[in-house]
Amino acid sequence: MKGFPKAAAKALRDTQLRHNIGHATRTIREKREHVVGELPDWQELRAAGAAIKDDALLRLDELLIELEERVTAAGGTVHWARDAAEANRIVGDVAQAHGVDEVVKVKSIATEETRLNDALAARGIRAWETDLAELIVQLSHDSPSHILVPAIHKNRAEIRELFMRELDGTEELSDDPGELAEAARRHLRRRFLDAKMGVSGANFAVAETGTIAVFESEGNGRMCTTLPETLVTVMGIEKVIPRWQDLEVFLQLLPRSSTAERMNPYTSLWTGVHAGDGPQEFHLVLLDNGRTRALADGIGRQALRCIRCSACLNVCPVYERVGGHAYESVYPGPIGAILTPQLEGIEKRPSLPYASSLCGACYEACPVKIDIPTVLVELRRQVVESDGALDPEHVAMAAAAKAFSTRRAYERAQRLAKLGRFVKWIPGWSSSRDAPEIPGQTFREWWRETRS
Amino acid sequence: MLSRNGSGEAPTTAQVRIASTFRIVSSTAAQGNVRRLRVALFITCFNDTLFPQTGRAVVRLLERLGHEVVFPEEQTCCGQMHFNTGYAREARGLAERFARVFAEVHADAIVSPSASCAALVRDAYPKWLGVEPPRVFELSELLIDELGVVDVGAYFPHRVTYHPTCHSLRLLDVGDRPLKLLRAVRGIDLVELPEAAECCGFGGTFAVKNKDVSTAMLADKMRAVLDTGAEIVTAGDNSCLMHIGGGLSRQRAGVKPMHLAEILAHTEEELPR
Repeated sequence: MKGFPKAAAKALRDTQLRHNIGHATRTIREKREHVVGELPDWQELRAAGAAIKDDALLRLDELLIELEERVTAAGGTVHWARDAAEANRIVGDVAQAHGVDEVVKVKSIATEETRLNDALAARGIRAWETDLAELIVQLSHDSPSHILVPAIHKNRAEIRELFMRELDGTEELSDDPGELAEAARRHLRRRFLDAKMGVSGANFAVAETGTIAVFESEGNGRMCTTLPETLVTVMGIEKVIPRWQDLEVFLQLLPRSSTAERMNPYTSLWTGVHAGDGPQEFHLVLLDNGRTRALADGIGRQALRCIRCSACLNVCPVYERVGGHAYESVYPGPIGAILTPQLEGIEKRPSLPYASSLCGACYEACPVKIDIPTVLVELRRQVVESDGALDPEHVAMAAAAKAFSTRRAYERAQRLAKLGRFVKWIPGWSSSRDAPEIPGQTFREWWRETRS
Repeated sequence: MLSRNGSGEAPTTAQVRIASTFRIVSSTAAQGNVRRLRVALFITCFNDTLFPQTGRAVVRLLERLGHEVVFPEEQTCCGQMHFNTGYAREARGLAERFARVFAEVHADAIVSPSASCAALVRDAYPKWLGVEPPRVFELSELLIDELGVVDVGAYFPHRVTYHPTCHSLRLLDVGDRPLKLLRAVRGIDLVELPEAAECCGFGGTFAVKNKDVSTAMLADKMRAVLDTGAEIVTAGDNSCLMHIGGGLSRQRAGVKPMHLAEILAHTEEELPR
């Protein structure tokens, strides 16, 4: 056993994790259902979101150039990064050019994907996460387990203990959520005021105006993108949308799907630089890192529609029990199971497409209608193809297909199956379930006996 | 590569005939004037071999309602296991064979006591395997939509809870049809299953490839079933029931899995075989 099944088995033994994640996903699931139910045109909004994203994905070549032109015209600088190393080098170079040894970051999954913080640390630059949950994860040298609620696997007592150890002025700290948030706020305020450079991701980038959009709910994103003199945004190339007006659709889809809020608390939008207002230098890093590979797959490319809302995680019965770490990627849950193998290469992550019972709850919840079960099955097909015909499972499946190919072979196989009555232990099944009793007479034998 | 193109092998004349018959029957059924239908049973290889009592129940039920049942003996497997596990090439061969076998059957309707196999034929055949499917109904769809019956005249004096399987809900969209049928059963004590729409953790080969996660999902499903105090857990798919029932049996929980068809086949006069 390796890959997902192994990591999942380990996670399943963590009772605290299962309790926290089970409770959190159940709560947010109910809230999401409630606020989604308020919109009579929710299905039309989903269809619109999917259509806008598909249109953008098929015109990335023009839209990214248009975005670059608009950002440049507004005083920003655009960089193109083929992979993680290239993106990290660009960010590190900007920091070094300004002589900064500290940057503040607003939660960005793209920079988690490139492991930017490690790359900056190697160049002597400290990156401070400013999202409360990201800060918790960072201080405990952990990794995020949820797209939207990265510290979902931790409880208040653990956080209190962590803050008392890591933050100044926390000698008298209780596990009251308000007090914990206040301790983090005091710590972060100093970081915001000191920082000369901010790093962000992007939820959307509007090609026609050159505008970047960041959606967040703590206000730390607003601080990171307005207080420092220099701002660097790292975004996956699939984040571009054609028109300003398209934001209207996503401003409705995203908050309701992610935090179950009717309106997003802090929506920051900026276009290049403005003299005397906000950062005076703006860099935009366009990150590929496997995205064009995913784009080449006619069925798999719909994964690039993803707006990182995490609704699929919250409704997934697998995620609900194993949490995010079992997926061993910054993209956990159902979307991770189809995105990670495509970004990194299917041969590196062959167990992820099987990390689903194909129940379909994710597809139902997805605000941009990514048919995750279908993509999972297609990726499984690619795994099977790369395994080759000598793989034991492949041999068994070929034998089964042959047994189903004629009535004669099938009925012979049924007679053989009756010998299974003497098998008391089926590997992989019997550890937790009794095997069904194999009846002495098949249905077709009964039919022949009574009807013909 | 999966293909959206038709295979060109699936005949269509029989389907046209079947489709036109359905329209006539649907309207007459609504008027309470039920015409005797000839129904072909798509048993599924799984039920044929492991759960023959479900097939016998479907036959008994439909004959009791005045319809004729035929069983095309050439049928084997629809290809679901192969398709869902990534063996699309093998699945396509089985899908083509399935479509050929059922196109040759002279019947007014095709019925299956398996929502997930019916869903594969209806959903994946045309979309991903390039096979034009024969029109297959899941049992509760056939009874309510095509035969126009809700009260099938069943009698079942037991405490029962119903698990709506994922593929019946999300691929076939059967909604509350099975519950409507169950509510009309005389003597039944039907109790609602908490968190009913959550997957039981079976998922075909998932149950073995990811047995630990599958078992964790099963544990919660069993807890929900046991909370109802039911004596029978029912569903429209024996595969999910084999998983739930296998777990309950391992715990000696005293709750029995039983396919929906078997409950509907019970009458005061006729006990199950």
